[in-house]
Formats: sequence, C-alpha cells, structure tokens
Amino acid sequence: MSEQDNKGGKYSGPRIKRRALLGGAATAAIVLVQTTFGKVMQKAITETELTGDPTKKLGPPPGIVGTRSPFEKPVKLPSDTSSRTPLQDLFGTITPSDLHYERHHGGVPLIDPEKYELLIHGMVKKPMIFTLRDLKRFPSVSRIMFLECSGNFRGNKETLSPQEVCGLTSQSEWTGVMLSTLFREVGIDPKASWFLAEGSDAAVMTRSIPIQKGWDDTMVAYAQNGEAIRPEQGYPARLVLPGWEGNTSVKWIRRIEISDKPFMTREETSKYTEPVAGGKIRQFSFVMDARSIITYPAYPARVEKGWIEIRGIAWSGRGKIIKVEVSTNAGKTWSEALLQSPVLDKAHTAFRFLWNWNGEETEIMSRAIDETGYIQPSYKDLLTVRGGTGGYHFNSVTRWVIQRSGEVYLHPDSKK
Amino acid sequence: MKIFYTYPPAMKNIGVILIPVFLLINCKGERESAAVNDTSAWPSTFGYGRLASVAEIDSLNTDVRPDGEGLKPGSGDALQGKTIYIARCAICHGKTGVEGPYSKLVARYHDPHAKGEKAIGNYWPYATTLYDYIYRAMPYNSPGTLTTDEVYSLVAFLLYRNDIIDSTAVMDAQTLPQVEMPAKKLFIDDDRRGGPEVR
Repeated sequence: MSEQDNKGGKYSGPRIKRRALLGGAATAAIVLVQTTFGKVMQKAITETELTGDPTKKLGPPPGIVGTRSPFEKPVKLPSDTSSRTPLQDLFGTITPSDLHYERHHGGVPLIDPEKYELLIHGMVKKPMIFTLRDLKRFPSVSRIMFLECSGNFRGNKETLSPQEVCGLTSQSEWTGVMLSTLFREVGIDPKASWFLAEGSDAAVMTRSIPIQKGWDDTMVAYAQNGEAIRPEQGYPARLVLPGWEGNTSVKWIRRIEISDKPFMTREETSKYTEPVAGGKIRQFSFVMDARSIITYPAYPARVEKGWIEIRGIAWSGRGKIIKVEVSTNAGKTWSEALLQSPVLDKAHTAFRFLWNWNGEETEIMSRAIDETGYIQPSYKDLLTVRGGTGGYHFNSVTRWVIQRSGEVYLHPDSKK
Repeated sequence: MKIFYTYPPAMKNIGVILIPVFLLINCKGERESAAVNDTSAWPSTFGYGRLASVAEIDSLNTDVRPDGEGLKPGSGDALQGKTIYIARCAICHGKTGVEGPYSKLVARYHDPHAKGEKAIGNYWPYATTLYDYIYRAMPYNSPGTLTTDEVYSLVAFLLYRNDIIDSTAVMDAQTLPQVEMPAKKLFIDDDRRGGPEVR
C-alpha cells in the first residue's frame, strides 16, 4: 500500500505520511515503549485509532507515565562502545535523560540501591562508607551543565549529521552532594593532591583526579533532570566534574581513594591521552575547550530559499560562552549570533541567527568564544598546532554546505 | 566584568545606565546557582555514614601504582603467559597481539610500521598499569577471574612480545615496578590554559 503511494515520489498530504508508518494492514503507527532496563519495545496503534477528528473522540485517561508522541522518534545512535545524542532533533539545551549520550567500558551494571555503598579511604582521618540514603541526607546541590566525551569528533564524509559529528555531548540538571561535603566528613590529609575514582561496572573504571577539583565543584550525583539517574548514566550514583572530559565523571561510583600521586590507570595513560606536536603525548588533558555546532540546518535537513533561523549550541569547559559567531559565506565574514539567556557556566548555550538565504550554494558555520577569550579553531588551524594528528579534544569548527537544491551536507575535513 | 559579555547583543540596547544594575543582580544570582555550598553555618560533621573496616577497604582496594604499591604476591614469566594468552586473550587481541579484532597490544617502540598504533611497546608509560588493568577488567567477557600468578604471567608475556623484557624474566611485586617503559619519555602534562592561544 505505502509502496504504491510512494511510486510517483509525490507527497500528497498528512494521510500518506502516516501510512509510511504502517507496519501491517491494521497498524497505523508504531509506538516505542521503553522497559525498565532500557529495552525498547514496539506497540502498535491501529488505523481506526488514528483516523477521524480527534475533537470528536474521547482520548485516553491520565496515565502513570508519559510517553512521546508516536510521531516523534528521536533515537540515540549506538556503536559497540558508545551511543550518540540526536542533537539535530532536539530543542533548547536540556537533553532528555533517555537521549543522553552513553560511553561505557564494560556495559551497564545493574546495581541494587539498597546495597549501594561509596567507600572513601586513603589519606583521610576517617575512612568511611556512605549508603545511598546517607548521600541523600547531606546538603544537596543542583547544577545544569554539559558532559562531553573527549573523543567527540567525526568528520570524514559528507553524510554525517550533528549526532554523528559530535553527538557525544549532552546536558542535564544534576542533583547530588558536593564531594567537598564528603571530604569534610572523612577529613582529608592536607598533603593529599590526587584521588582515584572507581566505578562498579565490569571495567571497574578508574581515573585519577587532582584533589582540588574535588574541593572546587565535583558532585556525587544521584539525580538527573528531576529523577533518579538512569542506569546508563551511573545509577544509583556517579561523579560529575563540570567542564571536564566525560570519562572523569566516573559512573556507578563505588570507591574514592585519596592519595598524593596520580595512579596512572589504563584510561589516563594509554587511552584518554592525545598525540601532539613533536611526537609527544599529552596527558591529564581534563578540560573541554570551547566548541559549537549548527544543529539546523545540518545534514540530513533540506531547506528552502528565504528566511532561515540558523540554530545551534555552544559550550566551554572553561566557563561561560560570551559570544558565538556565524558565517554564511564560507568564513569570509562573521556575524554575532543571539545567545539564549540564561548563559550558564560550563553549559550548553543555545544560539540563533536569522538569515535570508538567496538560494545560491554556500557554506555555513559557527565558532564559539568563551570567557577566557578562547576562540574555537578551524580544522586546519587545530590540526596544525597538534602536529598533524587528530585524536581526543578535537573541537574544530563544523562546516555545512548548502547546495542549490536546499540539501545540506557536512563539509568533510581532510588532512590535506 | 566578564559577565557583561554573556548578554546577547540585543541586550546592549538597554543602555549603559541599566547594565551595571543588571550586572549586580546577575552576579549574585549566578553565584547562588554555581553549586557551591556556604559551609559557615554547618556542623563540623553531619554524622551520616559509618567507619569503614580494614577488611572492607582491602576487599575493594586492588589498585596498583607505578611504584608497585598494591602489587599482590605471586609471579609469572612469558612462557607461562603465552599459554594463558592463547586460551583467554587471543580471541579478542589476535594470536600474536596484533591481529585484533580489538585493541592491538604489540607495537615495538622503534618499529616504523607501528607508528600511529597505541600499543604497549610504543604508547604505555608504566608496566604496573598492565597488571592493574588486566587484574581489574580482563578478560572482557569474564572480568576479574584471573589469579595473580596468571596476571603476572600475562604481563611478562606482553612485555616480552613488545621487546621490553627477556623471555625468561620473572615478573613479581619486586621486578615489575623496575621495568622501564620506552614510551614514558613521550608523555607531557596538559599545556592548554584557556585564553586566545589554541593548543
């Protein structure tokens, strides 16, 4: 049926569009329903349920949990090791919790909150164990901030969406207890300079973190966007380190060991380090530098001549975004975009730029400027200072080519 | 006065007199939302949580540091390691540590063909990390099931395959921290500082 409709390649109204969703004769739409452990199941909506005037038919009563409209299907893009946020499908700056990117090193563990414990030991006066209930009793804090994987870069072909280019960044409101509050309880030795954070996943993920970050703004979070953290995000408790590469925000946190030296774990030596100029390898590169990306228009969107609101997000691990500049002529000139307030520290910031497209082929791009004066570099400039190698912390400008047809493609970066 | 720049350009039209007023309000508001607790009125302790026993700490504290702290009793050499490697590791890392499909483990430091690889011989700065990681998280499909002797043996085998130790060298809590890794000299600390310079 839908095959026949599509033969002429013509679009003939919403009815046909609905039929594209057909999964069988009696099925008009497929709804995705998520079970407790993230399994997505399909539930069918019948043709009769969809047709007709919605004002002439009583709808379902209030329910116990809300669901997305069956017409909206934003999904993450999973690989063996990560799953990427559909940036091009989102609005504003908060990532729905079930669309927050995932990166883990030994799968998602199942942890009973009643059995959960966090051990803090090492160079402390009192080595202590805190249950989840204990963590929730301490003075709490909420903070809206981004988390980004330091390996968040793709750019080798034209048909990549924002999700594929840099979908390993997401933003949530995190709630928990400040690590400094727990430090007060255990009594940190003044000679301590590092701590080890360890997760209770199958990788028993570990990172060494300078103790000052623990005192400054590290949080032991148990909630995300108003509810308990999702299993993929570290349930029942994780670290969140504002502005730092995502893997330091150790999920399923079970142990913190206070020390006076870094531990040189696998992740901070052989993995999350990057080759730089002169054959050197840069280590403990914690902070995420400023970055932005236009999420509309971007592949696979198609636009029409006339007024277009260019939209995107910008962020910096070093503080606030002070300015985003947009170019609609392949970087010849730049104009200042509007930033949506409030502009938060170390947070995704939405930007907008109203543009009247004349229908000629062109290239659009954005660059972020943060409060330290850092300007997001072009691919060429960044590649040059890094000595010709890519790798982690690659935050260059993303360029989109708009063809005369209105089709939008990534400008693929090349080392040549 | 950096705060000024956080306003979208349209806000600049409000005028010079109003902006400082906004600034004061904004500064205060932002400090409140900056997720920093004022602890001046707090008790010295909240009394939540409990003291951890030595046994509880020891059961979790498996980490091994570059100076060897944390290494457990046991030992092994490359020959023993080879047998264990073939049985437990080769399925992911290949028969000789280079075939994959997952992480290549062998790349000798001076081998020009190994350029760009991030393997033990040309990229790992500390031998103790091998022990820590294998004991902690390997094999991938049954993590944490290797004995300390097996881990020492695997470490010896991998160091030997990467041309770092002899085939007969025995790895244990004394010898492993003495192993100098060729890639160690390549590592530098993060030199990015924010500001206009791109690094």
